[in-house]
Amino acid sequence: MIRVEDLHMHFGGIRAVDGVSFAICSGTITGLIGPNGAGKSTLFNVIAGHHQPTSGRVFLGEEEITGLPPHELFHRGLLRTFQIAHEFPTLTVRENLMMVPPDQPGESLWSAWFHPGRVRAREAEVGTRAEEVMDFLEIGHLADEPAGNLSGGQKKLLELGRTMMVDARIVFLDEVGAGVNRTLLRTIGDAIRRLNKERGYTFCMIEHDMDFIGDLCDPVIVMAEGRILTEGPPDTVMADEAVIEAYLGKGGGQRPPRPVHRAPA
Amino acid sequence: MPIRKFAVPSSEAEIPDFLNAIVLLANFVVIPATAYGAQLALGALGVTLVYSVLRFANFAHGDLMAFGTAATILIVWLFQGWGVSLAPLPTAILALPLGMIITCLLALGTDRFVYRFYRHQRSPAIVFVMVSVGVMFIYNALTRFLIGVDDRRFEDGERFIVTVIGFREATGLDQGLALRTSQVLTVIVMVLVTTAVFWFLRSTRTGKSMRAYSDNEDLALLSGINPDRVVLVTWMLAASLATIAGVLYGLDKSFRPFTYFQILLPIFAAAIVGGIGQPFGAVAGGFIIAFSEVALTYAWRGFLTHILPPDLIPAGLVQILSVEYKFAVSFLILVIVLLVRPTGIIRGRVF
Repeated sequence: MIRVEDLHMHFGGIRAVDGVSFAICSGTITGLIGPNGAGKSTLFNVIAGHHQPTSGRVFLGEEEITGLPPHELFHRGLLRTFQIAHEFPTLTVRENLMMVPPDQPGESLWSAWFHPGRVRAREAEVGTRAEEVMDFLEIGHLADEPAGNLSGGQKKLLELGRTMMVDARIVFLDEVGAGVNRTLLRTIGDAIRRLNKERGYTFCMIEHDMDFIGDLCDPVIVMAEGRILTEGPPDTVMADEAVIEAYLGKGGGQRPPRPVHRAPA
Repeated sequence: MPIRKFAVPSSEAEIPDFLNAIVLLANFVVIPATAYGAQLALGALGVTLVYSVLRFANFAHGDLMAFGTAATILIVWLFQGWGVSLAPLPTAILALPLGMIITCLLALGTDRFVYRFYRHQRSPAIVFVMVSVGVMFIYNALTRFLIGVDDRRFEDGERFIVTVIGFREATGLDQGLALRTSQVLTVIVMVLVTTAVFWFLRSTRTGKSMRAYSDNEDLALLSGINPDRVVLVTWMLAASLATIAGVLYGLDKSFRPFTYFQILLPIFAAAIVGGIGQPFGAVAGGFIIAFSEVALTYAWRGFLTHILPPDLIPAGLVQILSVEYKFAVSFLILVIVLLVRPTGIIRGRVF
């Protein structure tokens, strides 16, 4: 589904992502873990089109998508959520969800004036889908609440809901469980699993909660210092010597110095 | 004492005198300030929309108004040449939609060839502001090229709804009251247009997209919102509002390109007083600025002669600022608001 080839993202002298290659298979829930500063979020931002990579290539299916802007990726079915939930604070939860589907006729002034029937029909269709999503995530009671008033956890649910408004091919979740209480975390986890099983969504998620990861994800990719340390099923990965070392820091200074990678021109 | 002749000392004259005072106030303060306030409100609404969606203070808005008015005046002349009119209403009302279309085209052309480049560069807001100053000079030159620098009056049709003499004869009061067609028209158009704009932003898909884009641009890009379309609609709204505001102002007073550059200050003041980016605040701000300006530059002596006992009537004009300083009022209010309540009267996020 997603294939990343030798991706580099350097900020000045900092190699936030330093030669990463991996593939995400269709229909999986891939976990991306690693200590703080490992380059997970940067990797997400590069794949999702927020940063131009220094070098390397990203493919979605067979198509190269390296450096495409976020809205183009959205149209290709690559969606993401943010570590700090993004929402349209002055729009209601329902309106937030209804904003997501692209190319609605109501957005063109021409159709708004000359095809009001078509606009209404599409609006109703999108509205029904928003109702379904809110039912699925059990946030129906918040439908007419401005999204700015939601709690942190509810905003995360709304973020997840946004990805359900279109037929996504792959969804990148950036710490969807961070700062969310246990009960809500379970709801989110259930939603992710059901989306994966029932609707065939592919997920790739950054997460710190190991139980959550172990419960949901297979395979798990471990990053440290901008590189992939190891990948595999959660049990194997979490038992891995190098992973424990990266997390607990058995003296980062003892690592052998890396050869300097030159970005291919 | 020469003052005596203004006031009638008998008690039975007291009630009509009070009425005279009210009529005087309505004629010289309330009616002109309401019309002026409506014009500022429409201008400020345009500035605020551009600010909230495109995120920069558009200095070219005053000259966009001037261009729109000039285009409308040319069409008015064309219509007058053909003998087309909307009597008793001014022909400008008929020409206004065409003027709006021309102004929209100018604004969209400017966006395509000037602003879009900087938007794609993701330039900081200050760059946009400086660019808009350049655009302002170009619009200004374009307007003068189109219609010249002279004063133009283009008000035709029935000029008065209530005339001073008619009012005096009808009521028997000493003070007269004039109500001009353009003033009533200004207020009616302003109410219709602002209601339509608010409804548009609240209820239509495009309006919601604009609010969403203004709320969180990054997220808007990750939704099904077409950013180019949001920008297009914003410019069309801003250009239409600018033309309407400019034409109403020109009908009420007169059209001179340079005046439109000057009213940029009260318009900005109105937008900031109302809390920049708040459409409702912009409208409220327009009226606050207009009433302050008129009230502070009005000579209150005539009003006071009607309500005060003769001994207390002041000898001076009781005018706080002379009319030449009227733009200083906007400036003063601007400074006070920025010092005391920098968020404007309506707090909260944009929209």
